[in-house]
Amino acid sequence: MAANPHHILQPVKVGFMTASVVAALAFNLLPWQDVRGVPDLLALVLTFWCVHQPRKMGIGIAWLLGLVMDTANGALFGQHALAYAALAYTAQGLHRRILSFPPWPQALHVLVLLLGSQLLMLAVRMLAGGTFPGVSFFVGGVIAAALWPLATFVLLAPQRRPHEVDETRPI
Amino acid sequence: MEHTPPQFFHRGPAPIARLTFFALLSVFLMVLDARFRYAEPLRQVLAIVAYPLQQIATAPFTAIARSREFFSTQSALREQNTALRAQKLRDAEDLLKLQALRTENDSLRRLLAAKEQVPGEAIFAEIVYAGRDPFSRKVIIDRGAQHGVQTGQPVVDASGVLGQVTRVQPLLAEVTLIIDKDHAIPVQVVRNGLRGVAYGSGDGSTLELRHMASNAEVEAGDLLVTSGLDGLYPRGLPVAKIAKIERDSAYAFAKILGQPVAGTTQHQQVLVLAAEASAPTWSAEPDRAKKGARTKRSARKGE
Repeated sequence: MAANPHHILQPVKVGFMTASVVAALAFNLLPWQDVRGVPDLLALVLTFWCVHQPRKMGIGIAWLLGLVMDTANGALFGQHALAYAALAYTAQGLHRRILSFPPWPQALHVLVLLLGSQLLMLAVRMLAGGTFPGVSFFVGGVIAAALWPLATFVLLAPQRRPHEVDETRPI
Repeated sequence: MEHTPPQFFHRGPAPIARLTFFALLSVFLMVLDARFRYAEPLRQVLAIVAYPLQQIATAPFTAIARSREFFSTQSALREQNTALRAQKLRDAEDLLKLQALRTENDSLRRLLAAKEQVPGEAIFAEIVYAGRDPFSRKVIIDRGAQHGVQTGQPVVDASGVLGQVTRVQPLLAEVTLIIDKDHAIPVQVVRNGLRGVAYGSGDGSTLELRHMASNAEVEAGDLLVTSGLDGLYPRGLPVAKIAKIERDSAYAFAKILGQPVAGTTQHQQVLVLAAEASAPTWSAEPDRAKKGARTKRSARKGE
């Protein structure tokens, strides 16, 4: 299921990228009553597209989506935006390195990226005088990183070619 | 400019330049929001974008709650009906007493030439969900600017004070709970009238009665009600029950923790009260506790 170097993917559809981002945003907007440790799927999907399609997904879109998250969450305005922009920047910068690894080491890279963005949010909120939410705040990042191989499987599915061998196909 | 790459390879500004730009923009917005509260119009625009998605995301949960209500058995309903009838009888007695007391109180107030407390209009609302921001304690209610909710209005439920409206969107409003770390509420011990200010303790579920001398006459189980000194919360609303007191002679102040009486579950009904009409004029130097001043300042803007 990994991005096999011998397996050539079809070009991505922008419509699918948009749909996946909207779905992740909707997941984040579910009424997570007092459940802590819910993975931030939007951050995961953003990281995914920044790694796989760094020319189509970038810092600007991530920043805007962060603003939407801040509004919906009632968080400090710009907190998610800053974290997502930094996340998109690092993911774009590291995309060649990350893609050269098999799925689980990729997930380790993503874990570092996600925890980094959460640390940034924590730092900003502590500076603004917020309550320390406890270590459970970081559980979401760990779970999201563990979902990376699954995300790779699902989000790359539309780009995979069918397996049947066609004699007339050049590659 | 002979050496510019062809348009085919053009990729816009360097990533680090973009990051710097957006990071500075975020910091700018955060400062605007946290210190001056100028980011509200932009927030409102984005709220309109997020609202339909939010509605779609919460719809299944609302539907489940509604259908569970619909399918509740007849016996349960009958039981509830009996209980409510009994409750009504008990309440009727209190109500009669209350009416008598109110007229008596009115005449006494007139005698004292005190300002009459005008009971304002209350707005009925339902908690849609608890705020997802793990750094603060807020709930979102389903009434907003369209229904006449304003920032600064106190919010209560059947058992006591829940919090205060701190941000209004067109169709939703955000209520900061009394257990939020940035929230302060002036209270009074019912038993002896001792006054104090209760802050959110920061652990997410209790209130702390700060700056009380270590020999202050407070006991576990005492009920705290609003004292009405801030001109915002009406007087006499239950706030919290004292849960724990730690008196240590090494410190000047006792550590007093209270458990709020109001609950914050989903689909719970609340009342948004009108802000006190008889608020005293703002003194020239706001030398009150800094923590409460922020919420109060925003409240004053809304009035």
